[in-house]
Amino acid sequence: MYRYDQIDRDIVADRCAEFRAQVARRLSGELSEDQFKPLRLMNGLYLQLHAYMLRIAIPYGSLNSAKLHRLAHVARTWDRGYGHFTTRTNLQLHWIRLKDAPDILDSLAEVGLHAIQTSGNTIRNITSDPYAGAVADEVDDPRVWTEALRQWSTVHPEFSYLPRKFKIAVTASARDRTAVRVYDIGLKLRRNRDGALGFGVLVGGGLGRTPILGQTIREHLPAQHLLSYVAAILRVYNRHGRRDNIHKARIKVLVQSLGAEEFGRQVEAEWRAMDHAAVDLPDDELARIRGAFGAPAFEARPARSAAFEAAKAADPAFARFARRNVVAHKQAGYALVNIALKTPGEVPGDCSADQMDAIAELAARFSFDEVRLTYAQNLVLPHVALDDVPAVHARLAEIGLATPNLDLASDIIACPGLDYCALANARAIPIAQQIAARFADPELAEDVGELKIKISGCINACGHHHVGHIGILGVDKRGEEFYQLTLGGEADGDAAGDRSRLGDLLGPALPYARVAEAVEAVVGAYRRARAPGERFVDTYARVGLQPFKEAVYADAHPA
Amino acid sequence: MPTLIRLEGGRAVIAARDPFAEAPLDGPLPDGPAVLMPLARFQQQGPALLDEGLRIGVLLQPEEAVEDLAYDLPRLSMVALNLPKFRDGRAYSTAALLRQRYAFKGEVRAVGEVLREQAHLLARVGVDAFVFADGTTPEQLEAKLSLYRHVYQAASDARPPAWAERRS
Ligand code: SF4
Repeated sequence: MYRYDQIDRDIVADRCAEFRAQVARRLSGELSEDQFKPLRLMNGLYLQLHAYMLRIAIPYGSLNSAKLHRLAHVARTWDRGYGHFTTRTNLQLHWIRLKDAPDILDSLAEVGLHAIQTSGNTIRNITSDPYAGAVADEVDDPRVWTEALRQWSTVHPEFSYLPRKFKIAVTASARDRTAVRVYDIGLKLRRNRDGALGFGVLVGGGLGRTPILGQTIREHLPAQHLLSYVAAILRVYNRHGRRDNIHKARIKVLVQSLGAEEFGRQVEAEWRAMDHAAVDLPDDELARIRGAFGAPAFEARPARSAAFEAAKAADPAFARFARRNVVAHKQAGYALVNIALKTPGEVPGDCSADQMDAIAELAARFSFDEVRLTYAQNLVLPHVALDDVPAVHARLAEIGLATPNLDLASDIIACPGLDYCALANARAIPIAQQIAARFADPELAEDVGELKIKISGCINACGHHHVGHIGILGVDKRGEEFYQLTLGGEADGDAAGDRSRLGDLLGPALPYARVAEAVEAVVGAYRRARAPGERFVDTYARVGLQPFKEAVYADAHPA
Repeated sequence: MPTLIRLEGGRAVIAARDPFAEAPLDGPLPDGPAVLMPLARFQQQGPALLDEGLRIGVLLQPEEAVEDLAYDLPRLSMVALNLPKFRDGRAYSTAALLRQRYAFKGEVRAVGEVLREQAHLLARVGVDAFVFADGTTPEQLEAKLSLYRHVYQAASDARPPAWAERRS
């Protein structure tokens, strides 16, 4: 794991000092709210319905126990004892007072955490594969490049006042776990026929009110030119992106209006005119960063663990957990253990300070001091010896986080919605809770199989509903909460290639009270129509909307 | 008279007087040895006036392309970048291009809604003269510019990025 050196620490400390002074200028009235707002946003502070929300960056979703303990401490000391993990691998605290923010940031900085550029029209926290460094199918460690981007984009003098927010994701395996096509820039590490490392560069993806998947503008950018090429994209966008209408200001609108080909041509022209050596990292710095991501000191272990097998045989709950939440590791005798923050009845992505402390202890003891965040608002212990998985499971069960529902119907992504968010049309959290309750029976959930339900409380799509197998969007109808369902969205790929697509609208929006039963009806239709072994999305692709429409609207609209 | 602060040898200094008199889009030119004019006027009259020995600065609006000036830059004394709103980040790219691509050696002046909290970023992309809208003093500007002890990226200034510092 990358550890901050003195330079990294100084930059975060100086940023904290800068923001403390800015808060003081705001509190004294020297700065107007209009002048202060972009400054607080680029330091992670939002004004929400009830209080300030602080969004803390977890670069490429990677934490160690010291950081996680500190997050727990901050949640306990300055918030209400819990935090909310987001789809962009940030942690949000929803009950913050402005005057406390500088102290919180100082406390975070002590362990190398910060909230720099987690909001505002800036280059945001960069996401990457939560399984990085632990799975066999990656062509290179994406964290090396993500860390290079993190440094380059931090307090970037030219790109701190962009037309709109800007999100970058890096993935290095064919099985994409970052939803790379819904980012402003998606970077896919790959090797070309000669074995040279490079990036497939996608631009203009995004959800929100005009959902669109990113398009490739460069098939194979030599890896060492990553920063200069990204700088060229940002410069074209910074100069030509629309600033007259907030809803048309994302890069996807520029890419659409120019066409991906013309946009790519402008980027290439800009890039060719740039002094690459000034921007791109030299080999020695890349090697320094790469050194920080070396493999942990794995022990030689047999591929099969007697203790793991015995626990499976003895305990059906553990066997189910092992089936659902434990993933094969590239190192023999180890596994990745997914911790779903999706206990039915709880808020998706929420984690109490006590749970954070307990997970931090598990990471220190059993996972080489590493924890990862996933885009599905879950956590991962990336390097657990199979022999230790039963002990990890037992502890997770004690803290209420052993639900064996990874990628199942109750593993729901939901944005904060109307419970917290000032922009929301409708609640998302209780909808998630109601649906999860209907699939709380693990037998049923496993029988239904992989089903990714994603809920957003408004068109801004923080819950990524467009790429949900079942997407749910809160809309406002004459002051009442209604919900649109979409089916068949996907943000993943597999070894066979990219499968991402946007979901299709099922039909008229449904009132709050009917959403959970509608989802149940959709699942019922799937179970009737599916071929053996077919996932929900595959059945949907084969049979289309009609059977699902009938199942949901039959009673409401008698012929 | 709004105060003009220039960066000179690492110090922020109030200019005793601004030699540039501002010319409107058309009409008679103001008197004096130096004139600041909009791009459109420069494109009509600038080259001839330069030939006559007048010192010229050109005022660029955020949507105006610095490329349109590329040819004339070596003969210009100053380029002023207007920030109609402090949140409009286009001037930052214009300044970066002026310094990094065109190696412009004259003054790059920020005008409009120029505020102290953005000054360090403007300085890094190549602005070396500020007309502040919030009354920032030279001392406050210097404090802002020295706030970050390190930077992560190369820009238009001479500051070494973190990776270069780590080598030494
Ligand atoms: S999708 Fe809308 S309601 Fe949900 S968090 Fe985003 S802005 Fe708020």
